[in-house]
Amino acid sequence: MPDATGLELIAGELRDADAEAVLGTLHFRGRATLLVHPDAVVGTLEHLRGRGFNFLASVHGVDYFPEEPRLGVMYEMLDMRTVDRISVKTRVHTEHPHVPSVTPGWPTADLQEREVYDMFGVIFSGHPDLRRSHMPEDYEGHPQRRDFPIGGEPVLYTHNEPRREPE
Amino acid sequence: MEIVRREKVSDPSDFRSRQLSAASMMRGELDDEQLDQYVEERVLTTTLEKAANWARGNAFMPATFGLACCAIEMMAMVGSRVDIARFGFEAFRASPRQADLLIISGRISIKMAPVIRRIYDQMLEPKWAIAMGACSSSQGVFNNYAIVAADKFMPVDLHIPGCPPRPEALAHGVLKLRNKILSQPDQGWRSRYGGQGTEEVLESELAGDANARHGINVAGEADPSA
Amino acid sequence: MALTPDIDYREMEKSVELSEIQHGGDDEFLTLNMGPHHPATHGVLRLLTTLEGEVVRDVKPIIGYVHTGIEKTCEDKAYWKVIPIVERMDYLSYYFNALAFCGAVETLLEVDVPPRAQYLRVIHLELNRIASHLIWLATGGLDLGAMSVFWYGWRDRDQILDLFEMSSGQRMHTRYFQVGGVMEDIPSGFEAAVRRFTSGFPTRLDQFEDLIDKNEIVLQRLRNVAAVDEQTLLGLGVTGPLLRATGNPFDLRKAAPYCSYDHFDFKIPVGTVGDNYDRYRVRMAEMRESLKIVEQALDGLPEGAYITENRKIALPPRHELATSMEALIHHFKLVTEGFRVPPGEVYYPIESPRGELGCFVRSDGSAKPARVHMRDPSFVNLQAFKPMVQDLYIADLIATLAMLDPILGGIDR
Repeated sequence: MPDATGLELIAGELRDADAEAVLGTLHFRGRATLLVHPDAVVGTLEHLRGRGFNFLASVHGVDYFPEEPRLGVMYEMLDMRTVDRISVKTRVHTEHPHVPSVTPGWPTADLQEREVYDMFGVIFSGHPDLRRSHMPEDYEGHPQRRDFPIGGEPVLYTHNEPRREPE
Repeated sequence: MEIVRREKVSDPSDFRSRQLSAASMMRGELDDEQLDQYVEERVLTTTLEKAANWARGNAFMPATFGLACCAIEMMAMVGSRVDIARFGFEAFRASPRQADLLIISGRISIKMAPVIRRIYDQMLEPKWAIAMGACSSSQGVFNNYAIVAADKFMPVDLHIPGCPPRPEALAHGVLKLRNKILSQPDQGWRSRYGGQGTEEVLESELAGDANARHGINVAGEADPSA
Repeated sequence: MALTPDIDYREMEKSVELSEIQHGGDDEFLTLNMGPHHPATHGVLRLLTTLEGEVVRDVKPIIGYVHTGIEKTCEDKAYWKVIPIVERMDYLSYYFNALAFCGAVETLLEVDVPPRAQYLRVIHLELNRIASHLIWLATGGLDLGAMSVFWYGWRDRDQILDLFEMSSGQRMHTRYFQVGGVMEDIPSGFEAAVRRFTSGFPTRLDQFEDLIDKNEIVLQRLRNVAAVDEQTLLGLGVTGPLLRATGNPFDLRKAAPYCSYDHFDFKIPVGTVGDNYDRYRVRMAEMRESLKIVEQALDGLPEGAYITENRKIALPPRHELATSMEALIHHFKLVTEGFRVPPGEVYYPIESPRGELGCFVRSDGSAKPARVHMRDPSFVNLQAFKPMVQDLYIADLIATLAMLDPILGGIDR
């Protein structure tokens, strides 16, 4: 993991390229996270690829309800040569949940972005085939959002068990 | 010297008397009573239903239907430690048309439920279903939007608890089902669930054939042709 | 084209395009649907294959048939109750799922795992790796037609499950790993039983290799079939034995050691070509290396606590409840509410039998996690399936699926 100064160096380079890109840095428990603007995601990942982080390990979504902006997408990057990891995070609102897709440059993001769309409703513009990955095609709603009900059956106790008429 | 007259058909466990009675039978010398006794000792009488149940219960052909973790224990039941082939159930058929036992081993997602129902419908009568494990019986560890219990959409004969049930538990369950079939040919629950005639019927056949009308049954609906 | 969430289902179905297929002349394509109920798809995987004769021109995996909503369920449960939920994800490598989650929570809590617990974890993890590879071998053999391998693999796996039953009481999904260590210490006969297993297993592996390695049918079906180069696999995010079969020796146990793996001396098997035969050989060799790790861990098993002494995280031992008021209060709080984790996000990757298994935990300071995401290796490796089977026969597709070793529980979560 790049230490705090290494993270700031990377953030500085990104800010030099595009002043609006980096919205924040976080160094927590030995792990580095870059918070970037949604439009700058593709550029950031390419810059990190140039820095040696050429393996995209994971693309996943987080729901920060009730904090706004609510929907987050995290990209976990890995540098296999030096075994270094860095995370890139971006956050969007539910009203305008568009994030440019990184699939053209990183083929591994294909199925993972579909899962983020399925579960959170983040729309990845430029994705070749954005459809639901896990839920049925005609499912309504995005299950892993925090305000989506967990569903399931109510637990039946004696007091709320429906009585069956004796036959 | 004393001559002891032996009864012709006395003690069935005594070999000599059986031999003598068989000799008498061949010569046609047995009387009514003795003849009745002779026949009773040698002929197994049963009803056709019981004979059919004996055949069905001793030769399940489970469908290869593994969904999740329980499938691993189901395969372990087929393995050499809890060898289900001892009882004759090792012939897992891949095609539901050739299978008569559906062991729903694993959690049932809402996307998979119509597929399971379709496969169950494609099986031919008589057929049984075992809900193996907690997930298929009652959603198991998970109680959420994605899982459904098997009883909600298809008739289940036997539930096996466990997460996953040991292969021995599954074998116990299968044998319990076998006993159920051998001893209880009339499965009254099927009428409660509308489980008669749950074969797949084509729409065209439905229109023409009155007998085929009860092919598709929704749980709870009365059999329209009955 | 960006799809909007409220598009009509029928319109969306029509918009799913199979990719452009180059073909010459007036060849006819057959779209064949394999699964979700299929004897060879290793679970409920649905493959929409486009065939030209018997040659696969396109394959589209459709998943979600065992989607369990595990990640959503985890948000509803206290941290230690998440462990059995998460174990059932990749249902052949249950200890790995538990370790990924426990490791992430331990990182958030900044709690140290005692060395004895780490060694016990390593023993169980490597035994689970061997068990998972045995099932891969058994079902792979079944797919290729070598049915006897199926029974031999299950016989050996039952021995390993006996060991798990000895240490935790359950064969699968044992809930043995807890945050801060393991649930309880190993019983007195455990070490002897494990040694009996490790002394007898190399012979079994030799027997497997004698049976399969140079078998003419296996060679013809697996050699030079479905080879994909390393760069494509890296671009697709593939890790684990599939990547190591191409020659890339990346293994998190060596690259970024966790849980005392740096104390053990073992090798990383790599292949050369990256075809199905290399994938098979890599996994067989990995079983041997795992055996070595188990023996070394048993030899060097340190004395000490099997779970962290921090009473705010781990339950106090039962005898303390009778004498100490603090222990009683800790026990009460832990059982009813659970421990609270400081807010933050962490991603904890480990090396599971199928590749990099990472657990992302976001905590908001309460006793329940705010987000648990498991980066499952099978989910990402499945994307490599299409390049692997492009222009192969459908029989090779079955063999490749066996060598890919997908676990639908992990893919669908």
